[in-house]
Amino acid sequence: MVIECKHVWTHISGYLDGTLDPDVLAQVQKHLDHCELCSAILDSTRNILILTADDRVFELPLGFSQRLHARLDEEIRSISPNNPTSS
Amino acid sequence: MTASAEPRDEQRLIASILAGETHLFHELIRPHEHSVFVMALSFLHNEADAEDAAQEAFLKAYRNLASFRGEAKFGTWLISITLNEARTRIRRKKFLPTDSIDAESEDPGHVSPALLRDWREIPSQALERQEVRLMLQEAIAALPDNYREVFLLRDVEDLSTSEAADLLQISVAALKVRLHRARIMLQKNLAPKLKQIYPKRRWFQWS
Repeated sequence: MVIECKHVWTHISGYLDGTLDPDVLAQVQKHLDHCELCSAILDSTRNILILTADDRVFELPLGFSQRLHARLDEEIRSISPNNPTSS
Repeated sequence: MTASAEPRDEQRLIASILAGETHLFHELIRPHEHSVFVMALSFLHNEADAEDAAQEAFLKAYRNLASFRGEAKFGTWLISITLNEARTRIRRKKFLPTDSIDAESEDPGHVSPALLRDWREIPSQALERQEVRLMLQEAIAALPDNYREVFLLRDVEDLSTSEAADLLQISVAALKVRLHRARIMLQKNLAPKLKQIYPKRRWFQWS
C-alpha cells in the first residue's frame, strides 16, 4: 500500500520513538526512502529534538545553586522533615 | 538530560535524611537543580520567578520528604511538586488566558510541519551561539501549556511515556498525541529559522 506525505507526518513522532507497528513502519520507511520532503521533515525534527534536549539551552542563572543551598540551609536548621511542626 | 543518582543511592540518602542527617538533603537534590529550574522557567517565562518557584519547590520537597513513598523516582516526584508550584503561581498572577487545547480533538493530523526539500544537520556546537539558544527557548515557550509540559517531560527530562502520563494524570494515548503535536510545532517554528542561520555552504562567494 502506498501512503501519502500527510499520512507519513502523523507517524513522525512514533517513528522517532520506535513505537510504530511493524506494518506501519514498513510503509513509512518505504515512503521515506523515496520522498525527499518527508525525509527532510523527519531529519529536521530529529535534529531539533537533539538540540532542545541539550542542557545548554537553559542555563542556570549565575549563583543559582549558592542561593538555593543557602535558603535550604536556613530551612534545614529550623525544621526536620520527619517532624514538620518543630521549628 | 538529567544526570541523577541511582534510585538505590537516593533511597539511602532519603532514609538518612529522615533519620536526622538533614544536611544530606543538599546532596540529594544537587542532580535535580537544572531540571527543576527548567520546568519552572518554561511555565513562568522569567528567570527570577522561576528561581523563586524552584527554591520553593525544593523547600516543599524537604518539608514533605517523609511523604515520599518511592513509588515514583525522586526526580519525578520533584518535578510534580515543581509543576504544581508553577501552576499555582500562574493562577495567582492570572496573566495567562486559559487555553482551549483540552476542548480540541486529539487528532494527530491537526498540525502540519514546515516543508523542506533538504536538511543540513545543525551540530550541537550551534548552541554556543546565544541567538540559537534564545531561538530554542522562545519556540519551547511558545508551545501551548499542555504540549510544552509533555514535551519537556519526555524529550528534555527524559521521563518514560508512562511516567510522564502518570505525572500529568492523562492517558498514554493523549500524551503521545500531545507529544507528537509539540514536536511538529517545534519543527514548524524552528526548522525555517535554523536553516536561515545555517545556510548551505556555497562553493563560490560572489560578492
